[in-house]
Amino acid sequence: MAELSFTQEELDEIERLKDKFPTAKAATLRVLWLAQNKYGHVKDEVQNLVAEALDVPKAHVHGVARFYTQYYKEEKGKFVLDVCTCLSCQLCGGYDILHHLEDELGIQAGETTDDGMFTVNEVECLGACGYAPMLQVTNGVYVNNLTKEKVDTLLENLKNGNMPEFESKAMPELEKRNQAASE
Amino acid sequence: MAQDWKSFEPLLIPDIPNLQKIDVYEENGGYDALKKIFNDQNTWSRKSVVEEVKQANIRGRGGAGFNAGLKWSFMPDPDGGPRYLACNGDESEPGTFKDRKIFEYNPHLFIEGALIAAYAMTIDTIYVYIRGEYISWVEMFQEAVNDAYEKGYLGENILGTDISIDLEVTYGAGAYICGEETAMLESLEGKRGYPRTKPPFPAQNGLWGRPTTINNIETLANVPLVINNGADWYGDIGAEEHPGPVLYGISGHVNRPGVYEYPTGVSVMDLINDVAGGIRGGKDLKALIPGGSSTPVLRADQLEGVTMNSDSLKDAGSMMGTAGMVVMDEDTDMVDVLWRIAHFYHHESCGQCTPCREGTGWLEKVLKKIKDGEGEMKDLDLLLDVGNQMEGRTICALADAAVWPVRHTINRFRDEFEARCKKSVHAVA
Repeated sequence: MAELSFTQEELDEIERLKDKFPTAKAATLRVLWLAQNKYGHVKDEVQNLVAEALDVPKAHVHGVARFYTQYYKEEKGKFVLDVCTCLSCQLCGGYDILHHLEDELGIQAGETTDDGMFTVNEVECLGACGYAPMLQVTNGVYVNNLTKEKVDTLLENLKNGNMPEFESKAMPELEKRNQAASE
Repeated sequence: MAQDWKSFEPLLIPDIPNLQKIDVYEENGGYDALKKIFNDQNTWSRKSVVEEVKQANIRGRGGAGFNAGLKWSFMPDPDGGPRYLACNGDESEPGTFKDRKIFEYNPHLFIEGALIAAYAMTIDTIYVYIRGEYISWVEMFQEAVNDAYEKGYLGENILGTDISIDLEVTYGAGAYICGEETAMLESLEGKRGYPRTKPPFPAQNGLWGRPTTINNIETLANVPLVINNGADWYGDIGAEEHPGPVLYGISGHVNRPGVYEYPTGVSVMDLINDVAGGIRGGKDLKALIPGGSSTPVLRADQLEGVTMNSDSLKDAGSMMGTAGMVVMDEDTDMVDVLWRIAHFYHHESCGQCTPCREGTGWLEKVLKKIKDGEGEMKDLDLLLDVGNQMEGRTICALADAAVWPVRHTINRFRDEFEARCKKSVHAVA
């Protein structure tokens, strides 16, 4: 891997993050995010860069990076599909969605497709229990109320470089009332 | 209950388009509670604000149900050093998905509540900690915070007074344990989310060793309602010992899952049938987890007359938790369900305490064996025994939260578990 470094702009942002807290160490999570957004992962050498930028021990940054699941300690596909299979999603077919993705992409959960396009993971509760089953795309947008057809469309869109948009799931009660009002 | 829940008009998430915009919030009486206090600090001294909130008996909406005002009163007198309010938006317990509604639909109500709390406890720095997966909501909420700064509700000399309060938004990176209050403090300090031993409690020794109060997002969103309308008014909403509006998250096998706002004390069956549209596919109800995966499961026959408030649920053998209700129909395989819950707690154990680190692993392993048809009757007792050795023997309550579902699901659905275990006993050679 080529020599890693932060740009001046990134270093300024790191300073700003450090200022949010009384200690530089407190910015560790945020600077790891910044680094992951830049490099797509936080492998050991990226963690070292974070430690240097914050002037904290490398062991501290390694410990933090390993503790939190959203930091990628290895390279992932261009799109990481985190499928929730936790309680409510399990009840509403989360495993069917996961297995459908595995079949469609020819990989198992935890693996990346040969073309480096997709990684599929089985993850714990993402806090969208009322919109189950669901998945999250690369630590970003939630895709709710999944069906196999919706998954197929999502894959097609992602292959074409179209990220799904944020979908606001209204309060069902409000929806019901608004519907009643418009009738 | 003091009023018919069906005619209840939502207070936390009222049906007002674009309420997340600060102008709309202001047009609808937003920040009036803050103005009321800041413009008349003689009437609304810091102590009297704490007293009003204590009187209102806002019970913590993060799961513990502790009186928020009482919690505020534990803060020591100011000594000139920093003091913090840490707001917990790390909801991660299966079945719980309500705080993000506040970030999305009524963020300023929460900001106003947090400002009032900060004033009441003489705090000048508020940290809002949101789970990392909610990055879309973090960005939305940050916009609301920026607007509040621009309008002068946050920052220096708020509303022309000598009060200055800052609010910083930050987020995690995927760890259920960071919803535990002291683990959240560790994470805010930029470390692994390892829970701290208590005492000392955060009010004495919180962020960076300084006095800190930790409140849930929904809890703080209730505060402006109390200041605007008074503790008595608030106390008349919903169940007597557990008053106020609540965001019920209803998920699982119902026709209309989602987050709904009603008073506390609504009957469980009304919520399932009337609010969430009944069980999907016209099936029968089998079981309910009332308030997040750690709260003990109840069989359908245990739900008659049960209402959503601490006392009623306690009598029924469960807990209110976060009011994140998970509904299961007659076809639900309770062995599968319990295994998946055990898998969750094993995955999310931070590993600091041996009984939890090892115990959650054993619970999952033995349940997997039973699920795969390889279990034996004695495994059921083994599960209960392992659970007994975990409960109350760890720094935080994650081990307890892992044990309760195991104990109660096995006890309440024992037939189903026995049916999955091998019938034969080992032959003696």
